[in-house]
Amino acid sequence: MDTFNNILEYIGLFFVLLGSIFLFLGALGIYRMPDLYNRLQAGTKASTLGAMSVVLGVGLMQPGWLIKLIVIILFIGISNPLSSHALARASYKSGIRPFFKKKVDDYEAEDTHGRASDEESIN
Amino acid sequence: MSRKNFSISRYLYTFFIVFLIWYAFTTSLQPAEIITGIILSLVVAYITVVNFDCCDPILIMPSHIIYFIQYFFVFLVALVKANFDVARRVINPKLPINPGIVSFETKLKNNFAKMVLANSITLTPGTLTIDVIGNKFYIHWIDVTTKNKDEIYKEIAEPFEKVLLKIYRSHN
Repeated sequence: MDTFNNILEYIGLFFVLLGSIFLFLGALGIYRMPDLYNRLQAGTKASTLGAMSVVLGVGLMQPGWLIKLIVIILFIGISNPLSSHALARASYKSGIRPFFKKKVDDYEAEDTHGRASDEESIN
Repeated sequence: MSRKNFSISRYLYTFFIVFLIWYAFTTSLQPAEIITGIILSLVVAYITVVNFDCCDPILIMPSHIIYFIQYFFVFLVALVKANFDVARRVINPKLPINPGIVSFETKLKNNFAKMVLANSITLTPGTLTIDVIGNKFYIHWIDVTTKNKDEIYKEIAEPFEKVLLKIYRSHN
C-alpha cells in the first residue's frame, strides 16, 4: 500500500511538472505572438491543458480530493474555451483588427450584419 | 429576459443537474450540507432554467456512451496535439504563423452540439472560434493553408462533427 501511494505521488508530480511546462510555453506564446487573436490561441490551449494537468496531478497525490478535482477539470474544459471565444468576438466587434500576412477575413462581411442581428435578438 | 421557456418539468430537471454538481463538489451526506445544497440549487435553477439548454435526457442513453468515450479520446488527442503545436510555433525563432479568419458551415442543428463543437475547435491545433451565426462558424486560423471551403471543413471540423452527428442523428 505504501509503495502504491509512492508511485501515485510520483505520477502526480510528473503531471504537475508537465502542466507547469505547458503553462510556461503558453506564457511565452502570449509574449511572442503579434496580436490579440494569436495570443488568445496560445493562451487558451496551453492554459487549459496546463491547468488540467496540474489539477489532475494534485488529485493523484491526494486521492481523497480526486472527485472534486475531476469536476474542476470539467469546468476548466468548458469555461476556458468559452471565455476566450467571448473575448475574441468582443474584440472583433469593438474594432480590433487581426494581424495578417496575407489577408483572409471571412468575418469582416458579417461584422456589421452581426451587430444588426444582435440588436434584433435583444428586442 | 422572457420566461416563456419556463416549465415545472424543465425546472425540476435543471434543479437535479445543479444539485448533482453540488453533490460532486461536497461528496458528503451530512444534513446541513444537503439542505444548503437543495436551497442553493433551487435558487440557481430558478435563475438559469430559461437558458438551460444542456444534457437532454436522450443524451444519457446507454447506447450513446460509446460515442462519448470516442469523442473524449478524439478530443484529448487534439488537445495534446494543440499544445505541442503551440510549443513548436512559440519556440521557433521565426514564429511560423500565417493567421486569417475562415468560415465553414456545420450540419449540426442542436444548440448544445454546436457549443460542444465550437469549444472543441477552440482547443484544437491552431484554431479559435470567433463567432457562430446560424450554422456558420467563423474561425481564426493561425496558419491558413487553404481557402477551399471543403478542405477547411475537413481540416478543422470533420473529426469532431462525425462523432457529434452520430449522437444527434436520432433527434436532429
